[in-house]
Amino acid sequence: MSLQATTWQTVGPYFRIGLEWLFGNDIAAGVDGQKIQISGRVLDADGKPIPDAMLEFWQANSQGKYAHPEDTQDKPIEPNFQGFCRLPTDEGGRFRFLTIKPGRVPGPDGKLQAPHIVVSVFMRGLLRRLVTRIYFPDDPANQDDFALNLVDPARRVTLIARKGQASESHFEWNVMMQGPEETVFFDC
Amino acid sequence: MQYPRGYRRFYPDTQPNHLHPPYVSSIKRAPTKPLIQLPHTLSEITGPTINPSRVDVKAFDLTKQHPGEPLGERIVVSGRVLDENSRPISGTLVEIWQANAAGRYLHKVDQHNAPIDPNFSGVGRTLTDAHGHYRFVTIRPGEYPWRNHYNAWRPAHIRFSVFGPAFATRLITQMYFPGDPLIPFDPIFNCTADEKARNRLISQFDWETTEPEQCLGYKFDIILSGRLATPWEK
Repeated sequence: MSLQATTWQTVGPYFRIGLEWLFGNDIAAGVDGQKIQISGRVLDADGKPIPDAMLEFWQANSQGKYAHPEDTQDKPIEPNFQGFCRLPTDEGGRFRFLTIKPGRVPGPDGKLQAPHIVVSVFMRGLLRRLVTRIYFPDDPANQDDFALNLVDPARRVTLIARKGQASESHFEWNVMMQGPEETVFFDC
Repeated sequence: MQYPRGYRRFYPDTQPNHLHPPYVSSIKRAPTKPLIQLPHTLSEITGPTINPSRVDVKAFDLTKQHPGEPLGERIVVSGRVLDENSRPISGTLVEIWQANAAGRYLHKVDQHNAPIDPNFSGVGRTLTDAHGHYRFVTIRPGEYPWRNHYNAWRPAHIRFSVFGPAFATRLITQMYFPGDPLIPFDPIFNCTADEKARNRLISQFDWETTEPEQCLGYKFDIILSGRLATPWEK
């Protein structure tokens, strides 16, 4: 009989105490690749901002290689790029961070996945994390992407960032917990 | 490149549903649509590693972060981080945070009318050793009220955050204390259907780590998802 994974519990309202030492909003400094800014909001069932959520982002470098021993692809590692960002939402439920656009990584179907960032969502009221992904608009690779193709086409839009107002390299992406535009979450 | 194996899914009922109406905050924050089953790809099989140099070797001791000693009962909380196949997870980051002995968090949102302890911040972190062991020295946290329902009190608990080897193995949980009379009434503790799984969140009093004339020991093992035995499954 094998062991069973420990039960999740909510991160609660006071996570900042224990987790803020790793908060950051710029993982692009000194890193090769296309620098991008991603901003957005986390909203509840009534469309009200959630001021006490935490997001964790995990992504490959611009070459499509993860800073992890199990990524054995013959691609260059970026010594200054860990690929991880943790941040809280502010009073308006907003977040913003700077990173580089990730390259394509292999999917289990033998094809490359479209560029994407994987995201964990934590907040008071959420008994275990939710997992979602950020894709990029107008990327032809989205058509053929392993994970996007698991999703009802009408809901895929929730996973694809929109072009932002601030600059060519700005993207907007929201997390909607409920409602007609409820974000697609993955069982992970 | 040979495609790496994914991680095992949770056993039915051993994890909370996102919606658990007795925990009122879940009502407007839990998703309403079913989660999409995603076989683990390289993106979920890899995951962040924290450079050990970032973790202060003294951060395991929450009783020595200020000039004076915190008030309350000193305790040692220790255990192992293992996967479901009983393999120790070494070098992984364990982060904890908690209320002080009076049941007050050092956080602006916490307005509970209980004193702040100037000698206690309630935050610790450490890396597991080669055998997956971790150890914290801290103060037994107090119970505290919350506004979920009339006369609602949270049982004493310590919050844990663990990364494990992959994005897929991330865990945040709470450790409780044996014999706490509030546990059976706590909507957060009770959010998981499987009683045995729930009860594994209760630490065990432990003579082995209890130190004479110094402090009681509590044991709390943390189990992360294990590797699938076979390569990628459709």
